[in-house]
Amino acid sequence: MRESDTFPRVSDADLFAALRSVLPEEAVLTEAQARRTYESDGLSAYRQSPRVVVLPADEQQVQAVLAACHRLGVPVVARGHGTGLSGGALPLADGVLMSMARLNRIVAIDAHARTARVQPGVRNLAISEAAAPHSLYYAPDPSSQIACSIGGNVAENSGGVHCLKYGLTVHNLLRVRGLLADGSPFEAGGEGPDGPGFDLLALLTGSEGLLAVITEITVRLLPKPRTVQALLAAFDDVERAGQAVAAIIAAGIIPAGLEMMDGPATRAAEAYVHANYPVDAEALLICESDGTAEEVADEVARMRALLEAAGATEIRYSRDEAERLKFWAGRKSAFPAVGRLSPDYYCIDGTIPRRTLGEVLRWMYARSREVGVDVVNVFHAGDGNLHPLLLFDASKPGEFERTELFANDILRKCVEVGGTITGEHGVGVEKIDAMCGQFAAPELETFHGLKHAFDAAGLLNPGKAVPTLHRCAELGRMHVHHGELPHPDLPRF
Amino acid sequence: MTPSTPSPLAEIEADLAGRVAAAARDRTPLRLCGGGSQAALCRSDSGAPLDLTVLQGIIAYEPSELVITVGAGTPLTVVADALAARGQMLPFEPRLAEGRATVGGAVAAQRGGPRRWTAGAVRDFLLGLVLIDGRGQRLRFGGQVIKNVAGFDVTRLQAGAWGSLGIITEVSIKVLPLPLLERTLQFELDQAQALHQINAWAGQPLPLSASSWEHGCLRVRLSGVAAAVDLASRVMGGEALDDRTAAAHWAGLRERCHPFFSAGGTLWRLALRPTAAVLELPGSVLWEWGGGQRWLRSDAPVEQVRRAAAAAGGHAELHAGGPAGTPVFHPLAAPLDGLHRRIKAVFDPAGILNPGTPDYL
Ligand SMILES: Cc1cc2nc3c(=O)[nH]c(=O)nc-3n(C[C@H](O)[C@H](O)[C@H](O)COP(=O)(O)OP(=O)(O)OC[C@H]3O[C@@H](n4cnc5c(N)ncnc54)[C@H](O)[C@@H]3O)c2cc1C
Repeated sequence: MRESDTFPRVSDADLFAALRSVLPEEAVLTEAQARRTYESDGLSAYRQSPRVVVLPADEQQVQAVLAACHRLGVPVVARGHGTGLSGGALPLADGVLMSMARLNRIVAIDAHARTARVQPGVRNLAISEAAAPHSLYYAPDPSSQIACSIGGNVAENSGGVHCLKYGLTVHNLLRVRGLLADGSPFEAGGEGPDGPGFDLLALLTGSEGLLAVITEITVRLLPKPRTVQALLAAFDDVERAGQAVAAIIAAGIIPAGLEMMDGPATRAAEAYVHANYPVDAEALLICESDGTAEEVADEVARMRALLEAAGATEIRYSRDEAERLKFWAGRKSAFPAVGRLSPDYYCIDGTIPRRTLGEVLRWMYARSREVGVDVVNVFHAGDGNLHPLLLFDASKPGEFERTELFANDILRKCVEVGGTITGEHGVGVEKIDAMCGQFAAPELETFHGLKHAFDAAGLLNPGKAVPTLHRCAELGRMHVHHGELPHPDLPRF
Repeated sequence: MTPSTPSPLAEIEADLAGRVAAAARDRTPLRLCGGGSQAALCRSDSGAPLDLTVLQGIIAYEPSELVITVGAGTPLTVVADALAARGQMLPFEPRLAEGRATVGGAVAAQRGGPRRWTAGAVRDFLLGLVLIDGRGQRLRFGGQVIKNVAGFDVTRLQAGAWGSLGIITEVSIKVLPLPLLERTLQFELDQAQALHQINAWAGQPLPLSASSWEHGCLRVRLSGVAAAVDLASRVMGGEALDDRTAAAHWAGLRERCHPFFSAGGTLWRLALRPTAAVLELPGSVLWEWGGGQRWLRSDAPVEQVRRAAAAAGGHAELHAGGPAGTPVFHPLAAPLDGLHRRIKAVFDPAGILNPGTPDYL
């Protein structure tokens, strides 16, 4: 993408005046103190104060901001609620940080058609809360669902603990309204099963704010299952737990949730929330079943048999809703629980084929001992989506760098076994270098071409998600023939 | 298969890539041909035919991963049989066209059959693919894992693009277990009642897997474990169809060999908000997917049909007949029209792949 220092420089005075002419005074923040609030997202290792923060309250204001910035050649970073874990909403020093938080209205719920039309700043959980009186809910449930915005979810294609059965964000969207970089409005998808034209709805989902600013989202709602039950299975070996996961799926069961925690994660969670977890286990599986009472009874019995056959040392059922929530409490608070073990931790996100779970975990523990960085694993086992938490102390010189190197090793391992460098947290700024290992030059050129098709001036969130070929070449991760880049005819930004 | 493993299709891909690169240089249009099962919507009758059925075979299949990777020219019947042998299926229930429909063709041109209603469309199950773009470059997007957000989702962008953005050579698809039991219930209801009833049921946790309505007859298929299907049957009532009649009915819709499709005249497909009221258009209707996919046989003016579709939150495609020169696909307004052409130019700057298809370009 275009480097931000190549933008022609408009003066602060001109930029602020242009923004104040389309927004109320209090919606344009220029004071250092106020801007600092927005200097990072959930990945606080990266910080940058924006030149100015704007707080539009409706689509018209968003459009006016985009049109002004387009005219002045100023880059814009959209921000939801700043819970992203890859630095996607990291501001640019010379750019506008546009918070979408004030667009927080649930526009309409159509219970009969099972849809909700919402503004992008609505919190993920607020949709399910608003749908609850109709016995409906919005299925994708990232662990951050009380805080993250649905606009951010669309931009990251976020997942949750139930996405093996109910899909990711992309599977639960019907339509989005968005604005191109110059402010022109468009819609992708439709209220029906598909939309006209190319599947831009899919292309926009997970595009990390680089292609358009999303201003309205229509999501699909699902009927709430009648019965939900969870199983807790302890193993004395992570590989055996990994095999149990494969066995459940091979048996034709798609559990509503299938999560794994390793021994250290289990013990940290237990110490934190007292979920009554078996603390001597080396791996803990939480398997959830939902449906009618009959379906759940049937599925739980089949899962139990498979878990036993796979060598579970202990299996428990949730007997009521309170107990089910208790099973989940430890899992859901695993991150803060691990946070108590160490002054800092770094959360990695990579996906691997499930069959390589045991192999990859074994490799990771060995590597952890070699590099002297502790690792704790809590993850979406059913999807093969790993979230290793690397423990370090940022106040000790060199520790963060060592941790980052280990993180990159892990991502490389994910690619090597046939997986990917990010399952759900996105590339942002964090994984921009890892992209050079995942894709070759022609694929990266295609991404740049798409960016250019949507945003020829390169003003929306530039520098994120897709590395320049030069950057990859400098890292030595890309083969550049005779010093020539492919397609010199294509614009670079 | 990991990216470092050489692909068994490598030689064929290299040959195709060479031919595309040459065609791009000379600006000779190419017509991509799968099994030819979707010829009706493909307006690309010019260009040198490029036979893609040579991209044969199952490349990797690991049932416990719920993923199959296949050459794009592989017939869907071959894939469906391999999956069924391990108790799994293609969840979107594609049209098989007696073995002529290929995987690549399904990705490029199919939306899905009866189960698409509740299970999801072809695009929902795409995990990754290999593409030869209009310059003759071999590109790999996505992968064999269920969650992957690295880079823009070029994989799903190929679904429904009718080969206009590249030649799909290899596809990885998420698969699902076959349901343990299926049962079809039948109800005598007029169209408005049926639309209301089916959407009311869809808002309840019932194991619904297909629905259709025509001539006052609503049919609903249930799929799942016996206990759940039994309970749903009791809740919903109706009359159970015998298994053979039911299978023939859903196969008829899936394959579009149901008599409704062969009646002649102008045939539209409308994708609408499922709860949209009964269309005030002349002609006859058969709907599927809880009212979301409506087939309309009608001599109503083209503009009237497209307006009705847009008013119901959707779009209309012309599947057969109609006045000469009528666009097949719903025309796009600014800024989408220009955006689509710019996207096309990213993948196929010389405009040689299936020129004229889809016709909104
Ligand atoms: C404790 C914790 C747990 C988490 N658990 C999960 C999890 O289980 N699964 C998961 O997938 N993620 C998880 N996340 C990551 C994060 O919550 C998600 O990525 C979420 O979708 C980000 O939403 P946000 O509103 O905070 O977006 P932000 O962080 O504000 O922005 C994220 C990206 O979206 C873009 N963006 C935001 N709004 C718009 C818009 N309207 N138009 C265009 N672009 C926009 C931004 O530019 C940025 O690139 C977790 C994070 C935390 C802190």
